Amino acid sequence: MKIQGSIYRRLMLQLVGGAAVLAAIMFVLFQSFARQLAIESQDTTLLASATSILESVSIQRGEVTADIPYAALAMLGNVSDDRVFYQITQGRAVLTGYEDLPRYAASELPSDPASWTADYRGDQIRLVSVSNSLPFNGVLTPITVTVAQTQDGLAQKLTQISRRAILIGAVFFVVATGLSIWTARSSVRPLNTLAAAVSRRGPEDLRPVSAPVPSEMAPLVASLNAFIARLERSLSRSEEFIVEAAHRVRTPLATVRTQAEITLRRVDREENRVALKKLIRAVDESSRAAGQLLDHAMVAFRTDHMEQTQVDLSAAVAEVIDRQRPVADLRDIAFKRRIAPGCTVFGDSILIHNAVTNILDNAVKYSAPETTVSIEVTQADGVVQVAIRDQGPGFGDADTETLTQRFARGANAGQTVGSGLGLTIAAEVARAHNGRLTLGNNPQEVGACVTLSLPS
Amino acid sequence: MRYPVLAQLVLCAALTLWGTAAPALEIEAETVFAATQPTSELQILSTTDTDVFVPIIEAFQRANPGVSVRYVEASSSQISRAIVVENARFDVVISSAMDLQTQLANDGYARQYQSPATALVPEWGVWRDSIFVFTQEPATMVVSRAAFEQLPPPTTRLDLIELLRAQPDAFRGRIGTYDVRSSGLGYLFATQDSRTTEAYWRMTELMGQLDVQLYCCSSEMIEDVASGRIAIAYNVLGSYAAARQDLADQVMIIEPADYTTVMSRSAMILATTRNAQGAERFIDHLLVTAWSPGSTAFAYSNPLLNAAETRPNLRRIPLGPGLLVFLDRLKRRQFLTEWENAIVQ
Repeated sequence: MKIQGSIYRRLMLQLVGGAAVLAAIMFVLFQSFARQLAIESQDTTLLASATSILESVSIQRGEVTADIPYAALAMLGNVSDDRVFYQITQGRAVLTGYEDLPRYAASELPSDPASWTADYRGDQIRLVSVSNSLPFNGVLTPITVTVAQTQDGLAQKLTQISRRAILIGAVFFVVATGLSIWTARSSVRPLNTLAAAVSRRGPEDLRPVSAPVPSEMAPLVASLNAFIARLERSLSRSEEFIVEAAHRVRTPLATVRTQAEITLRRVDREENRVALKKLIRAVDESSRAAGQLLDHAMVAFRTDHMEQTQVDLSAAVAEVIDRQRPVADLRDIAFKRRIAPGCTVFGDSILIHNAVTNILDNAVKYSAPETTVSIEVTQADGVVQVAIRDQGPGFGDADTETLTQRFARGANAGQTVGSGLGLTIAAEVARAHNGRLTLGNNPQEVGACVTLSLPS
Repeated sequence: MRYPVLAQLVLCAALTLWGTAAPALEIEAETVFAATQPTSELQILSTTDTDVFVPIIEAFQRANPGVSVRYVEASSSQISRAIVVENARFDVVISSAMDLQTQLANDGYARQYQSPATALVPEWGVWRDSIFVFTQEPATMVVSRAAFEQLPPPTTRLDLIELLRAQPDAFRGRIGTYDVRSSGLGYLFATQDSRTTEAYWRMTELMGQLDVQLYCCSSEMIEDVASGRIAIAYNVLGSYAAARQDLADQVMIIEPADYTTVMSRSAMILATTRNAQGAERFIDHLLVTAWSPGSTAFAYSNPLLNAAETRPNLRRIPLGPGLLVFLDRLKRRQFLTEWENAIVQ
């Protein structure tokens, strides 16, 4: 699997990045807006001051004079501690005030009132000019009043506003980041849910995914379901094929065996009898294999559609022992049983029967004549254990894990008839019931020990 | 090449003219408080009498041995001229002319300074972290006890007006006030009066009719009241009158009940200071001395330092650009014209 990037991380990065960009834009907008407002409010005060000064300009005794109202400058001091400059001009001549103040000639004023920013005495100042015309010696003479102020108060106010803007931006960013995490998590959650649902499935579970998914994931789940269906179809086709094949092989084999046994009774020549016995033995092996293939197919089918009930395992084991007894008696194999009564598990009784039968069958098959197979059923800590021990060759040093795979046979299976499916079936049943099949050798004596553990 | 030479000649001529037309700073008194092992010199330009500052400077030198202090006394208008026109080198300016101090700071001659000591000064006493107020001194009426043995002394301006109207002959030539044309402080008090009450012009006119005596300084008015030459002196610095304990039997200090203008002395560090550290230390020392709770450094002003809130008749002259208005050339000319019309009849 090649992993490239992460949806969660990319979502997070884009959302948080977006939030940061938005916060920055908000900060800049807020600040430029605040600056605009602050400058406008300073202009308003300056204009009020300039206008009241302009109104105090009059002509007395043939002279232009100004009686600057106290409030005209005092009001500027009420707003901030900024330095204040003013100038009154008549035409190009400065009547009073700061002579070197930057100015427009009355006729050049860009607008009336005009406000602009300039450098004066080492500081940046904001100037507002208003003009008016007074009749002087029969001619209209232009009077311009300019009032200016440094921008310390403005800068101070802007610093305050900036601090607040930064705080607001930061809070916005933190909230947005929190929301981003939440959004990213909830976007990725259906994916994780699906992945968990699929990975939680048992190996034989090939049902389509039916849990609800968001519309964006519908194509993915649809293709996944189609894939599962294809897989299941192909699997069931091969199972059906095996059942069909086994069935078709078993019936003629039975006929062949019967015919071979009849022929064996008639044949006297030793070499022919040996050949026929070999034939019968081969037929037995084939028919047993076919039978177990059928069993396995049945188990595979039932584990997909289990009919679970309370199963009395003690009774089930006893019943299996009774059924195996004729085969065991033929070879003088004794059963030693220690079965705790009333051990029940929740599961499919046919599957459990099948598993126990296969284990016991194996044990009998690999036991030498006149030996003992012991069966023990115990219940402890919520687990019911069926332990079956024989005195046969055991598993030797073989990897007990591989023995439960299909068609695997132990190294010391020797001449014994077998298909290698018995333990596979038992292991699959155990797995379908959340149980375990443990293979081992008897620690004290010779022989194998197979333990089926099922949760009670 | 002719023009630069010409320009130089014109410049020389201008400088020569300037030199003769504008004599150097007119110093009233100069005292040097030498340190035993001077490491730096602090130059203070002040309108306040040297006597008042002797204990403060000596305490300052005890805390900062090594600093020699040159204390120069001059009038407030001379101080402004020295700094603006002559570019004189001083470190600290102390002045009672709140308007001129404000103008200096407004025009960029002051250096801004902040310290724990400047934080002691109430908000109304600081402007642009440049001007620091350290006294509050009322403009009072000083009257002769002898003249008012039979009469109730006036407690408000209206009282004064009525008294002058009722007995013009008793007070003809026996009223004194500042000549606002020559006294900066007198001009400041008069303009604040004109801003506060309509009665000011009526009163001034009445004083003019009664042959008012014009003075340059509070101390002279106090002495003339004490000697009986005049009966009433209007707009006299109450702090000066209170300081003259020796004259307490002859004069009575009246804070007008309608309102009493309160002037503040202030200090600032000049932007051109060469001893910023020394100047800052001196400002700290001065402000701590003035504003520490229970301080009695400025004996004549201390009772007022924090009392203004509890005495509604006290009216502080606020620092700020409003003070620039009466310094305006046209405004001043108009005010003086009006004042002269009222006084000189």
